[in-house]
Amino acid sequence: MRFSFEKVFGVHEPALHTQSRRAQLLAANIANADTPKYKARDIDFNAALEMAMQHPKGHQPLQATNLRHIQPPGYHYGYEVLYRHPQQAAIDGNTVETETEMSEFTENSVRYMASLRFLGGKLQSLQAAIKGQ
Amino acid sequence: MSLFNVFDVSGTALHAQTLRLNTTASNMANANTASSSIDKTYRARHPVFAPMLDAFDEPQTGVGVQVLGIVESNAPLKKEFNPNHPLADKEGYINLPNVNVAEEMANMISASRSYQSNIEIMNSAKQMLLRTISLGQ
Repeated sequence: MRFSFEKVFGVHEPALHTQSRRAQLLAANIANADTPKYKARDIDFNAALEMAMQHPKGHQPLQATNLRHIQPPGYHYGYEVLYRHPQQAAIDGNTVETETEMSEFTENSVRYMASLRFLGGKLQSLQAAIKGQ
Repeated sequence: MSLFNVFDVSGTALHAQTLRLNTTASNMANANTASSSIDKTYRARHPVFAPMLDAFDEPQTGVGVQVLGIVESNAPLKKEFNPNHPLADKEGYINLPNVNVAEEMANMISASRSYQSNIEIMNSAKQMLLRTISLGQ
């Protein structure tokens, strides 16, 4: 029987990658909660996860030798970073709503912990199979 | 590992909010510092925040906050008729700073709330990282 870690870990490994990137984006939103004209950003998690499963190593960026060279959208991880529609934008052009970002961050970290738990379970069953006890 | 970047990003925000609290404290402390000349009167100071965007920066990762500088408020100074004050000018007026105390209090609360939420983010990121380290044990 052929064995591959990708098969054992399944969706959980790309999910962890995507969730940790999303955590960084949401943390940046909260860090910029008081920055004028800052626009809150997020990713479409489903699209990003699908992309991460298809291309686990990520896309290679085009080689840029000049500041004005434009990369295609979503060149690095294969997905685009989108802008959030605010319920009520601030008068200084900032679209960060701390409550929304905090709840999204908490949800994301719970999902991250869940993915970790699943991965830990897979590892434990592998260890049990190796030891045969 | 992008979770480590959360600490960098939130760290810049902590720094920026600390500076904001600092200027607020300075404004409140000097809210009643009288002066005889307009040039020497204290003016309310406010930091200017901006995202840490860089031309070569990867646009897909989160960016931190930077403080571009501290600007002095252009609001008109308060003039008060107080001939008995030792710093009063020939007409008996003293100049008071243009610090808006209510605005400063609101600024202080906003800064401390932002500081708290950034600390919370760092705490959750720490938990996530610690759990990642103990994976498979």
